[in-house]
Amino acid sequence: MSEQALKELGDHIASTLGQAVLKVELKLGELMVTVQREQIVPALTTLRDDPRCLFQLLVDVTAVDYPERAERFEVVYNLLSIKHNQRVRVKACTDEDTPVPSAVPVFSAANWMERETWDMYGVFFDGHPDLRRILTDYGFEGHPLRKDFPLTGYVECRYDEDQKRVVYEPVRLTQDFRTFDFLSPWEGMTNVMLPGDEKAQAPEAGSKP
Amino acid sequence: MSIVTSDIKTMASPTDEQSGKVQIKPYTMNFGPQHPAAHGVLRLVMELNGEVVERCDPHIGLLHRGTEKLIEYKTYIQATPYFDRLDYVSPMCMEHAYVLGIEKLLGIKPPERAQYIRVLFSEITRILNHLLSITTGALDVGAITPALWAFEEREILMEFYERVSGARLHANYFRVGGVAWDMPAGLADDIWAFTERFPKFIDDIETLLTENRIFKQRTVDIGIVTKEQALDWGFTGPMLRGSGVAWDLRKSQPYEVYDRMDFDVPVGLTGDCWARYLIRMEEMTQSLRIIRQCLKEMPDGPVRHQDRKVAPPPRGEMKRSMESLIHHFKLFTEGFHVPAGETYTAIEAPKGEFAVYLVSDGTNKPYKCHIKAPGFAHLQGLDFMSKGHMLADAVANIASMDIVFGEIDR
Repeated sequence: MSEQALKELGDHIASTLGQAVLKVELKLGELMVTVQREQIVPALTTLRDDPRCLFQLLVDVTAVDYPERAERFEVVYNLLSIKHNQRVRVKACTDEDTPVPSAVPVFSAANWMERETWDMYGVFFDGHPDLRRILTDYGFEGHPLRKDFPLTGYVECRYDEDQKRVVYEPVRLTQDFRTFDFLSPWEGMTNVMLPGDEKAQAPEAGSKP
Repeated sequence: MSIVTSDIKTMASPTDEQSGKVQIKPYTMNFGPQHPAAHGVLRLVMELNGEVVERCDPHIGLLHRGTEKLIEYKTYIQATPYFDRLDYVSPMCMEHAYVLGIEKLLGIKPPERAQYIRVLFSEITRILNHLLSITTGALDVGAITPALWAFEEREILMEFYERVSGARLHANYFRVGGVAWDMPAGLADDIWAFTERFPKFIDDIETLLTENRIFKQRTVDIGIVTKEQALDWGFTGPMLRGSGVAWDLRKSQPYEVYDRMDFDVPVGLTGDCWARYLIRMEEMTQSLRIIRQCLKEMPDGPVRHQDRKVAPPPRGEMKRSMESLIHHFKLFTEGFHVPAGETYTAIEAPKGEFAVYLVSDGTNKPYKCHIKAPGFAHLQGLDFMSKGHMLADAVANIASMDIVFGEIDR
């Protein structure tokens, strides 16, 4: 999997898909193609059937949550071509309300993977045959992998001896949830200008996340 | 199958008066979540017509522990032990994908000896996994002896785990930039002795199962997956190879020192449960070959990356050097910072392609860590694999998929 071959493949995908492609990136030896949300199904179909692509295996679907963006979710499809021994990552952006066309007509494997993405992030897939929750409990509310969902969740369950059933109650923590700021400026891991240390080499702009 | 917990919703209707035949309505049956043949906590809602499966809807998530969410709140070092607990019958392979992903983002490579140790233990893990998978699969179709024998062998392999990491199962042995410690003295000889003895054991299992009439009746032509179906449903590993696709990440996208290893990849012809069983048997033999090559070729040298910003200094050095002490302290409180970027790093785990999709924002914690579990893709194929088969064959299908709920539910 040489860089050159991936670059050529990226150019080929960009020219074949045309308007649908927003961005083609090649980072760390991995090819990433951002496509328009509405064009995701034709794009995946082309990637699967084009003789120079033949990405016949959909290995993974997930999303990444960037709450500060206008379209906060990035839906990520990882494809694998057995014929050409290549991988490609297809991305599409969406927000909480806008559905993404479902990839199930193209890859049957997308069924559960999209259900998981719906369960974990609340990304709605338009045209999915059976968009139920998959990993969380029956009757669960919320989407746990969103960045604004607390690590502890909202409810906890226990077996109630009086009612003879499992009851759900709001989470009560015996100790406050502890989160530490590890981005301390005193070590050379992050380039931060220390007060009084102006003589040291000026850090590169934008390195602090 | 005599031990199916069932709650029948619709009972058989009375005799059809005109024809005199008994009409049986399809009924819905609940299989699991606590069932010995479900390989964990799997709940299947099945629609049966008599004893024939018409629809099969797996309900998963009963072992969901929120691993991916927890990892987002841990430093990179603290998150490694979670990977042992995903697929708990092949722990070190899970760690392998994770540390390879971080190393890719960091742009480092472990020393050569560490790479050999990783490959060595990945293959020990593969045998560990296949021993459980094959023999509990045989148990599900009625053979008890192989399971009893294999668990004895697994114990020996887990002893190797213990000697190298201190733990039988949750090893936490692969670390970013290498492995936690070098192998203790004498371990290499004992592993070698194991490779000399183990082929006899594989032969014994083969005598018990491969041409066994009952075993073949229960597995041949059961759960046939065509090549097209396997690709469409995203199958990987033995499930894909069983359907005649020659694909193994160790050969096609080699990581660590797999490109130096001489081994064969078995490919099935029929795509049924029996083909997948044969592939797993042969993979154990091939793993033995890789283990022997690793032991022969393993060079001396360090087992951990020398950059103290990534790997902690040795204990002895910490007693004398202030610098080392600071590095140690900072590594285990703050951890290392990973440059912003993202990677999808896959390895050939015993069950198929196990991958980690890591997104880093430049801090000491992963921004996102998605775990691609091979079993997740396989289990959703249960519906089409079991359709038209008998109820007991659905159990054989589950067994041949090599399901472990730690990785599916995450």
